[in-house]
Amino acid sequence: MNGRRRFLRDFLALLCSGGAIGGFLKLLPGSAHAKETVRTGKWYGYGVSVDKCIGCGRCMEACKAENNVPKEPFFFRTWVERYIIRKNGETAVRTIDPGAEPVPEAALDKSILRSFFVPKLCNQCADPPCVQVCPVGATWRTEDGVVLVNEKTCIGCRYCIQACPYGARYLSPATHTADKCTFCYHRISVGQLPACVEVCPTQARIFGDLNAAASPLSRFLRMNKIHVLKPGLNTEPKVYYANLDGEVR
Amino acid sequence: MVKFPEKMPDSLARLLVVFVVLTAVLAIAWVMIPTPMKSVHVQWDNAILREKAKPMRYAGAHACEECHGEIYGKKKAGYHRDLSCETCHGPAKTHTEDPDKTKPAIPATRSFCVQCHAYNPSRPRGFPQINPQGHNPLKPCAGCHNPHDPKPPTTPKECSACHGEIARTKAVSHHVQLECTTCHQAPQQHKITPRGVKPTKPQNREFCGKCHAKDTRETREKLAKSAPKIDMAEHGEKYVCWQCHYPHSPEVEN
Amino acid sequence: MNQDLMRHLAEILPQIQGFIYPNEVEIHWGMLIVVYPYITGVVAGAFILASLVKVFNVKEVQPLYRLSLLTALAYLLVAPMALVSHLGHPGRFYEILLTPQTSSAMAMFGFVYAWYLMAVLLLEIWFVHRTDMIAWAEEKTGVMRFVYRALALFSRDTSARGVEFDHKALKTITIIGIPSAFLLHGYVGFIFGSIKANPWWSSVLIPIVFLFSAIVSGIALVILFYMVITPLAGGKINMKCVDKAVDFLFYAVIVDFSLEVVEFIHRVYQSEEEIKILSEMLMSKLFMSLIVIQVMLGMILPLAIISVTKIFRHRFSLNEDLRKMLYFISVLLIQFGIFATRWNVVIGGQMFSKSFRGLTTYKMEFGGLEGLLFALALLMLPVVILAILLKVLPPWKEMLAEGKDGDGRAVGGELPAPGA
Repeated sequence: MNGRRRFLRDFLALLCSGGAIGGFLKLLPGSAHAKETVRTGKWYGYGVSVDKCIGCGRCMEACKAENNVPKEPFFFRTWVERYIIRKNGETAVRTIDPGAEPVPEAALDKSILRSFFVPKLCNQCADPPCVQVCPVGATWRTEDGVVLVNEKTCIGCRYCIQACPYGARYLSPATHTADKCTFCYHRISVGQLPACVEVCPTQARIFGDLNAAASPLSRFLRMNKIHVLKPGLNTEPKVYYANLDGEVR
Repeated sequence: MVKFPEKMPDSLARLLVVFVVLTAVLAIAWVMIPTPMKSVHVQWDNAILREKAKPMRYAGAHACEECHGEIYGKKKAGYHRDLSCETCHGPAKTHTEDPDKTKPAIPATRSFCVQCHAYNPSRPRGFPQINPQGHNPLKPCAGCHNPHDPKPPTTPKECSACHGEIARTKAVSHHVQLECTTCHQAPQQHKITPRGVKPTKPQNREFCGKCHAKDTRETREKLAKSAPKIDMAEHGEKYVCWQCHYPHSPEVEN
Repeated sequence: MNQDLMRHLAEILPQIQGFIYPNEVEIHWGMLIVVYPYITGVVAGAFILASLVKVFNVKEVQPLYRLSLLTALAYLLVAPMALVSHLGHPGRFYEILLTPQTSSAMAMFGFVYAWYLMAVLLLEIWFVHRTDMIAWAEEKTGVMRFVYRALALFSRDTSARGVEFDHKALKTITIIGIPSAFLLHGYVGFIFGSIKANPWWSSVLIPIVFLFSAIVSGIALVILFYMVITPLAGGKINMKCVDKAVDFLFYAVIVDFSLEVVEFIHRVYQSEEEIKILSEMLMSKLFMSLIVIQVMLGMILPLAIISVTKIFRHRFSLNEDLRKMLYFISVLLIQFGIFATRWNVVIGGQMFSKSFRGLTTYKMEFGGLEGLLFALALLMLPVVILAILLKVLPPWKEMLAEGKDGDGRAVGGELPAPGA
């Protein structure tokens, strides 16, 4: 092998290996700053104004009625958590039970430092870990940014339930497939609001298209300091919280 | 038997045949499987159609206006203006399709209204809340308040009618003996249009100092005399008093 | 069925401690998913033991070679059963082959499994037994004769060149097989380790910990089988072989134990937000299964026993029967320990809430697909399969060979010439 040929070979090898490394690096996320790719068309999101929630539970009931979610208290597409943070640092949390008769609260419980309600639902993540792990592609993110479950091909392995950091999924006892909030896809696709937003008496829940110039959601995002749940997991949630307390996970 | 090339060992040749047969069977099977079973994209499109075809139970905020225009208009002008009809009356899609077939619920019990309006320390301040045990027990809410235009039936005399939480808080605080009007001047109009005309609030340190300054001259009142005293020049002079002490339940070191 | 589920969940409700998300009451991955990594672990471990003979030329453990290959096969055949039967729709398992999503660790199962079964295990077993099967076909009559013919793919080549090729092929397959076995079980660890939502699972060390615990369980189980089957088959336990295998087991347990300790220290030292709920779980729900069974009984005690035998075997030439008994106890304890390891990973990972504020509980059912009975049946099934495999592909000649001359005879090489 003469010098020129050897050079050519080495050069080609370098190109190939460089290409291989480059291709591998493409797997890494590009920029630390760009959050989501700019989109055209609808890109649905959701706002929760923690300060407005009165914990009445209408949303939980409406969701179960609208979406045929089993009545038993083990299956929820949305729920409301009540936080009581006491002066001694203890934090007590529970899921409210909308059917229960309200227990009269002591007029003034001096041990309470602060207390509030937090509505929860599927965060419809832009980078959903549940979709990543589904072995059969039975859950996926639609073009308009809603994570859906295909109940005809879901095999019921429950890997997505394990992968969801927010506990938003359950196994439907009726279909034996994974189930979750769809933003009421059948409603929003005909211009209606999700049932929970529809019935919320205080506008603590706001739904809309994140690409719309003027909408209750875009105004909500403009006027408030916004937080999402578990941002460290890089799931890019599209359920945005205003005035979220640090104790909420 | 097929003649294999001289060099290939007999065992390898046989395994190759098995491999080729297996691959062929799999390949044929793959071709024969219909596309909807192999393509997630086809499956997704179908699933979206199924999802969109699911029936609605809630008719939406505007569905009721067509037939119930009067009540709808009334609600729009009152404090319940942002509530959907279905928040209280429940899902009504079937009623909109055939009004005679199903009738939406008309919740009339106290237990329904208090799901939103019972006092609960987790509820945001300012949200109208009552103590169900103390507030006209056993009387149905709708007897006094029209749910489509809820407001107090008569102009309230006491501040506590609306500011129950503050009243309850003050009742167990060091300021229990102070009248609301000691610190706030509430014009009569405030009781009629509470958000239009607001009561006054103390503006400066000196206001609190009238009772709490150590050199106060306000000693006529017995209460002011017994109030804890501080040196206004030394004690937190950078701040106004209510930045540290909530006036309705002043925090003090005991 | 649903009524049962609701009753089951309602029973759990009062036992919840603290706050959990409302959908977290049900533990979704139960007994079957505990059984699954245990079984694949045995596969990987048994194969590694077999490769000690072929690749690393550890002549002493030659009697275990075929037994460990057959054990690996028996367990590998049962592994997907545990997975498929836990599905909400077992009948839809084919979806995972038709539309596998490349982003899903679980979707790769079919491929990793198929590769390991077809390209490694079946091939190796075929090459090991090829000349034997030709010989057995000659001995037998009727159906069995045809079965052996078919199993040997109607090969009759017992020429020196053919046998030499078998050896070469075996060596190559084993060399490919070791990373494949690592892949198989490392991959099972990755299924858990890659779940960022779950801090109990999410760790880069999990696949490696899984791997070494797999090696431990596989070696221990093959030793256990050898010590039980040999007397049953009328042979004498070859202590030289068992001593050597236990040596390897000992090192594997030490590596496994060290990895787990490293992981533990790392977690406690980093002390991230989940540490409080994890330690609460460790001290309450997992105390018995993790501290007592996995660590004390499953690791420290067997390590101590084996250390004692290692020390005294040379000093006072520990009585062989006593040594046998101590080994037997050790490998049995290790089996329980490794099973507890799987339990602690799978069930433990679901007992704490992802809100890090509370614990749910696992109530094992007795009957049904997710029940204890079915899990026990699945655990026994590989033993039944192994019994059949031992009948069809008897390893006695190699297994019962006297240990003194454990000189690593070539496997097919000294068979009687066919038709002799």
